[in-house]
Amino acid sequence: MVTVSPKSLLLALLLVPLAALAQVSEFELSNGMKVVVKEDHRAPVVVSQVWYKVGSSYEPEGITGISHALEHMMFKGTERFGAGEFSRVISALGGSENAFTSRDYTAYFETIAVEHLERALELEADRMRNLILDPAEFAKEIAVVREERRLRTEDKPTGKVYEQFNAVAWRASPYRNPVIGWMNDLEHMTADDLAAWYRRWYAPNNATLVVAGDVQPEAVRDMAERHFGDLSTSRIPALKPPAEPQQAGETRVQVRVPARQPYLMMGYKTPIVGQSKEPWEPYALYVLSSVLDGGESARFSRDLVRGSGIAASAGADYDSYSRLPGMFVLSGTPTDGHTVAELEQALRQAVAQVRDELIDPAELKRVVTQAVANKVYEADSLFNQATEIGVLETLGLDWRLSTTEIDSLKAVTPEQVRTVAQRYLVDDNLTVATLVPLPMDQQQPRAASSAGGRHGS
Amino acid sequence: MAVKHGWVLLVLLLAGGLVQAGPSVESWHTSRGAKVMFVHAPELPMVDVRVVVDGGSARDGGLPGLSRFTNAMLSEGAGEWDAGAMALRLEERGIQLGSGSLRDMAWISVRSLTDADVLAVALESAQAVLASPRFDQDAVERVRQQLQIGLRHSLQSPGTVAARRFYRTLYADHPYAHDPDGDDASLAKITVDDLQRFHRRYYVAENAIVAIVGAVDRKTAESIAEQVTGGLAAGQHAPPLPPVPTVSGGELHEAFPSSQTHIYVGQSGMSRHDPDYFALYVGNHVLGGGSLVSTLGEEVRNKRGLSYSVYSYFSPMRVDGPFLMVAQTKNDQAEQALKVMRDTLERFVEDGPSEDELEAAKQNLIGGFPLRVSSNAQIVEYIAMMGFYDYPLDWLDTLTGKLAAVDVAQVRDAFRRRISAPAGIAVIVGGNG
Repeated sequence: MVTVSPKSLLLALLLVPLAALAQVSEFELSNGMKVVVKEDHRAPVVVSQVWYKVGSSYEPEGITGISHALEHMMFKGTERFGAGEFSRVISALGGSENAFTSRDYTAYFETIAVEHLERALELEADRMRNLILDPAEFAKEIAVVREERRLRTEDKPTGKVYEQFNAVAWRASPYRNPVIGWMNDLEHMTADDLAAWYRRWYAPNNATLVVAGDVQPEAVRDMAERHFGDLSTSRIPALKPPAEPQQAGETRVQVRVPARQPYLMMGYKTPIVGQSKEPWEPYALYVLSSVLDGGESARFSRDLVRGSGIAASAGADYDSYSRLPGMFVLSGTPTDGHTVAELEQALRQAVAQVRDELIDPAELKRVVTQAVANKVYEADSLFNQATEIGVLETLGLDWRLSTTEIDSLKAVTPEQVRTVAQRYLVDDNLTVATLVPLPMDQQQPRAASSAGGRHGS
Repeated sequence: MAVKHGWVLLVLLLAGGLVQAGPSVESWHTSRGAKVMFVHAPELPMVDVRVVVDGGSARDGGLPGLSRFTNAMLSEGAGEWDAGAMALRLEERGIQLGSGSLRDMAWISVRSLTDADVLAVALESAQAVLASPRFDQDAVERVRQQLQIGLRHSLQSPGTVAARRFYRTLYADHPYAHDPDGDDASLAKITVDDLQRFHRRYYVAENAIVAIVGAVDRKTAESIAEQVTGGLAAGQHAPPLPPVPTVSGGELHEAFPSSQTHIYVGQSGMSRHDPDYFALYVGNHVLGGGSLVSTLGEEVRNKRGLSYSVYSYFSPMRVDGPFLMVAQTKNDQAEQALKVMRDTLERFVEDGPSEDELEAAKQNLIGGFPLRVSSNAQIVEYIAMMGFYDYPLDWLDTLTGKLAAVDVAQVRDAFRRRISAPAGIAVIVGGNG
């Protein structure tokens, strides 16, 4: 069996961090807005992202989903540019744009030819402070948001499981609420609610601008000063520190909806980067998730999909970067002839194994090698490069963490992996959600007219 | 003049528009007859290789799902390595292997660092995956289950059910009629012999395109192409597909336990070499192709708040792919949404776009061209597609000029000839149907 030569690892390690470090610049405008520029001169293109420190985890009960609803309304016009004008201007410049909202952030982005970057910044700066929240526009847009919720959650069995899973796993953490909001809250939300939310959070001192692409940092600084520099600041309220009470026993929930396939989610509450007992814990948890599910050679594929054949698919998911502690999530679908209960037992056994036994050093080596290669591959995407910086900065972490990740992973030992499994992957800390399929037998095709009749060939 | 990323920026005054040369594409054939498309991208120490064969679900014959099943088996053991051993030798070197299939094409993709030892293993593996899949019985049964379960999972979505019904209705007994996912009965009866026969027929050099993008020079690219296809028989190109049938319009309703109704309205569209390609493509960008700016988006979403995701597209394929308008809305608004979609299309066919609308769409498509070829991942897909559909090597260079040349009269003329309301099929799935 051939192993990776030290030379190749060294080569990749040398190339990536050097390139990455050399090309990132950061500065702060006088009003407190942070700007990070990552140079990539491969093509005359730029990605511009404005990140706000607000998302569903900032929302009190009753107005869940308001950050996402506001994101929709950000395309509905300011005093200078009417509804839809933002999109029309960017489109006519050949750009593409959109936005996304998560638990911890809301971000707006444009991908555009580099000569039009300034126009994009001008438009973003304008809607940072001058949005019009017209009640008539809001009434239509919140209907669109409710349709989005129907599409992504109401009519999607696995989406419903995910929502219920979070709702029961978290007792106090705002991560219990869906990013898109509960339907009831979307039905009672008003334009005034959004106006207050907008005033509270949309300000230069609560935002980060990330620009990645064929730009010079000095030019970006000048443009940013010109357009964002004069925007007034807001007093950003300090959030009360939320603390999830210690879970003291397994939690279970069933979701019974029309479906064709059972589905299982299991989550253990885990620490994150910046908020762990010991700084290596999140990296050990990342290694653990890759040992279980870091490709077709990882344990779940090897033992559960190919070996016992209990799982049609099985995954492990751990996000080490978030504002509040998250979960180490296992999920899967059993094969025909096996039950969700059997799959759950198999996943529990896989977890017990990492609690009891050290992982093989070869597994650890494979995880690190994949991470090194992925860093190179990620550099092919401007958008991912910008997003990595935006996420870290918005969470109050340093973007440089992305350049030291590999070193942190390389420092993880098999003992540390076993330790995090013993500390966190325990039954008292577990939430289990299962999808119990109900029949979908309402389906009776009917033809209303002469569809499908064939003429000629 | 700056030259970077194989980019040559040329500013020519042509048709009043900016003409940009794309990445410079080189092409040749391997000794066994596979066509190679290559772009040199020296900046990152990595290489992407994509091998595409004319072996999509249009070649399934009487066994829907056969193409996808065969394609899925490629990464389940090849040559001297079973599924686990193959996965391990790739992943312990950070090599990524992917595969997929649609109606026209099936492919594998490999992404590797350019380090010589790593790349050698990537290429040796790719050769085995393409030429010597094992079709081990246990792997076949495992993948059969995964495909059946994947199919059932996708049928939990009313949108999937509607799309499948739309294609079935539009294409009748044409090979485009069935979904690449196949159906449960067919997946159940496909044998190892069927898989091997399909593989032997379509995974051959004459039927394959090799696309390469990365930090390798021409000479290395030539040896990469030879090696990857080194195990393939020369074989023959797949035969031409039959023309698509003419089907009358109508409405099909289907109940589904859902809060939303999914609407698919459309008809036969265009092929990859269609004489109306650019007029229809640019026209549709006005109608429903722009992501946040389009006539359908304005009428259905912005003005009325009926739908989150509303759009239209032509899916150009080897022979005429469909033209489709898609939306989804809560069940009691389905009729209203369908009417707005149809009225919008009818007005568009009748009047065509305005000068301003067309100009804005062209600006978006032309100005956005550099964005669509800015990463190796995008370029390798583009050149594989160009090779597959026999586009000329300067296709990317001439693209913006062709977009710029489209005018309102051409769009209106093309839509009037090609899109007629009576031929439209509407599939409506959700609620009580």
